[in-house]
Amino acid sequence: MTVKSVSLVIAGSGGAGVVTAGSLLLEAAAQAGWYALMSRSSGPQIRGGEAAAMLRFATEPVMSHDDSFHLLMAIDWENINRFSAEIPLVAESLIVGDPAHGDAPAALLSGKPRQAALPMVALAERIENGRPNMVALGAIAAMIGLPPEAMQAVVERNLKRKGQAAIDASMAAFHAGIAAAVDLPAIPKLPAVAAAANPRWSITGNEATGLGVIRGGVRFVAAYPITPATEVLEWLAPSLAKVGGMLVQAEDELASINQIIGASYGGVPAMTATSGPGLSLMIESLGLAVAAEVPLVVVDVMRVGPSTGIATKSEQSDLNIAVYGLHGDAPHVVVAANSVADCLFTTQWAVHLAEAMQVPTLVLTDQAMGQARAIVPKPAELAFIGQRLTAPAAVEGQRYKRYAVTASGVSPMAIPGTPGLTHTADGLEHNEFGTPSSQASDHQAQMDKRQRKISQFNYGDHWADIEDSEVGAGDTAIITWGSATGPAREALQRYSAAGGKARLLSLRLIAPVQPEKMAEALRGIERAVVVEQSHSGQFYRMLRAFYDLPAKTVSLHQGGPLPFGPQQILDQLNQLNAGSA
Amino acid sequence: MESCAQKKTYKAKDYKSELKPIWCPGCGDYTVLNSITRALAELGLPPEEVAVVSGIGCSSRIPAYTSVYGFHGVHGRALPVATGLKLARPDLTVLVTGGDGDGFSIGGNHFLHACRRNVDLTYIVMDNQVYGMTKGQASPTTAPDWEGSKLTPDGTGINPFQPLVVGLASGANFIARVSASDPINMAKIIVEAIQHPGFSLVQVLSPCVTFRPEQQEWRDIVRTAVVDYTDDAARAARRLMTDDGFNVGKVLYKGSRPPFRPEFEHTDGSVAELEARFAL
Repeated sequence: MTVKSVSLVIAGSGGAGVVTAGSLLLEAAAQAGWYALMSRSSGPQIRGGEAAAMLRFATEPVMSHDDSFHLLMAIDWENINRFSAEIPLVAESLIVGDPAHGDAPAALLSGKPRQAALPMVALAERIENGRPNMVALGAIAAMIGLPPEAMQAVVERNLKRKGQAAIDASMAAFHAGIAAAVDLPAIPKLPAVAAAANPRWSITGNEATGLGVIRGGVRFVAAYPITPATEVLEWLAPSLAKVGGMLVQAEDELASINQIIGASYGGVPAMTATSGPGLSLMIESLGLAVAAEVPLVVVDVMRVGPSTGIATKSEQSDLNIAVYGLHGDAPHVVVAANSVADCLFTTQWAVHLAEAMQVPTLVLTDQAMGQARAIVPKPAELAFIGQRLTAPAAVEGQRYKRYAVTASGVSPMAIPGTPGLTHTADGLEHNEFGTPSSQASDHQAQMDKRQRKISQFNYGDHWADIEDSEVGAGDTAIITWGSATGPAREALQRYSAAGGKARLLSLRLIAPVQPEKMAEALRGIERAVVVEQSHSGQFYRMLRAFYDLPAKTVSLHQGGPLPFGPQQILDQLNQLNAGSA
Repeated sequence: MESCAQKKTYKAKDYKSELKPIWCPGCGDYTVLNSITRALAELGLPPEEVAVVSGIGCSSRIPAYTSVYGFHGVHGRALPVATGLKLARPDLTVLVTGGDGDGFSIGGNHFLHACRRNVDLTYIVMDNQVYGMTKGQASPTTAPDWEGSKLTPDGTGINPFQPLVVGLASGANFIARVSASDPINMAKIIVEAIQHPGFSLVQVLSPCVTFRPEQQEWRDIVRTAVVDYTDDAARAARRLMTDDGFNVGKVLYKGSRPPFRPEFEHTDGSVAELEARFAL
């Protein structure tokens, strides 16, 4: 493994404080100057129920979870079988459980991990108001090299309102865990880092999504709650209010999409966030926004489908509906974020694209990145601000053409309130004035302009992230998108460290397709593996339809909710090259 | 000192576009269009400060026949479009026009919640108890025994939707019923509806001469309601429950619920402050 990192899971039943423990650990790691990625997995219960916090720490930015975990700290074993597939354990792994709760279930032992005992309940009982999860944190801190002062600062901050006694009890339990860790087998330790050296943020993908649209200029949001997109909205509601915007909770997704169409028609940049089921309901009105040329952004935080699917878990399977779901020929833009931090960049860019082209722009993220929290390098300031080409004033003697056929395809938009430029925006096919028309020539001209404005737009270098091995691109490529990019990046790093040459292409602009840029990026590439988390290989099929791919291109696809591990992709790369040597 | 600018006066025709409506001769919607433009002239609203939003159906064609800002969206979704527009642009006067199918069937959920939310909109529903654009099917307000459609040759067998009862129960802040046969009075009621804060519901009995020719008799059946409006929702409900649907020409209910309008003013916050919360 090239990345020096530690991966661990804290698991337990509802009330065991697993998520709290994970969050405290993440904060303490931030305090210690590390980078981190934390995902959560939980059972179907509305409140409480078993949960697992999966964390990976490193002294460099963390792109992905590892193939396996060094440590499983089980506060108890309740329903842990439900997570066993999400917690790969190998011979080097260590399971630490509490003898008070009996032995580890057999489902966790197939990789023959080491096992050790930590009497969390017994140790906690010796301390007034002591809790087993803090004992567990103490042991973890000692095992991974997290300085106790880092946790002290975090506990003081979090328990300030509960008073000094609560802080003392927590820290006493924490130190009891540290002391008990002396008897535990070793797992990798990380070195301490000077925190001030690296300006970092702690952010979730869903928060980054909210911030991105606000940065881009969105000031109106209408939305209906849906897992796993709700946190985008819960972050936006108070945040929009602070910058002069508003969020309206709508009665359903049909209302959400149409409210933002209304607000954007009124001149205020607007967005909504949803997941697959909600996107399905919005599709008809997305077509309206295409026809009436109303800019807006719709974020789909994808979850496992079809239908209700698995609401709390991740999949990259809404690509088809996002690209092809609209009836008629409906040119629109689809972009995809490829990491927690990239949610910020991609959504801000999406607002820019939507406003500049007066087109609905879909952003695909997913549960894995949306609900993950990461400690990331401080994101760069971006210049993308939504700017709409508006018609400022009436021209004497000229009737305003809302849908004027222009070279760029973008027509100056009159915002209601502007004298002399009144018109009706219409989902009916229309002529340049907006007057309904069923004539072939008007349909042709309007379709041409709708297509032209997105085909001719300059998307710059942002259409894809292209990264090569240190020694060059060689003749092998990994082509991927979205959440699959993280493990693909790490696979590239490992391949490169072993002397391999390859190029990673992670597509941010899904539609419209960019055949010329792709041809340039694939120059000299003879073999490729296409990686995606979809049961039917939606991305692979789309690439096949629109791009010239190397003759030897294989598809590595699997449905959710299990994420790819870097090794899976690395194996595929090695196999690809072994066969062609 | 400069003299105050003279307030411009408008005529009804100033609010009409040059487009010729697609409606059948004798359609009630012509008089609704006339009454809307007459009401706007009476209010003296500059055309650019008014927006008319609609969905799909014969009556939903109205925006393009006006000279104000218009939005002609998809079937059933006029109310949410208008809600977003009015919340984002409270300075505009926003009217919503449509039919009984658009508003009470495919858009039924939005109708309930628009009444509940009480955004300052005026919703004019041209009720002709039929889907005209698709050539004569039963609508939610059609009587259960109407056998005029091939789609429901034995009648729908289900009781008609009661828009005013449902509107009142859902929280509409202004409720009136008017007849397309009396455009002068209709214009007067629309003026009141626009002026009343919150969500105003105006049901217009607007005959479909093509698919429901018997509705031409409505002009003789309708009667001016005998009582004036109440601000007591319980009293309004009792009246509506005993109403045969042909008491027209007066406002039935005026509530005093403040309109929905979340904060939309710039506060002291900045994007930099939002970002600072993520910094370690």
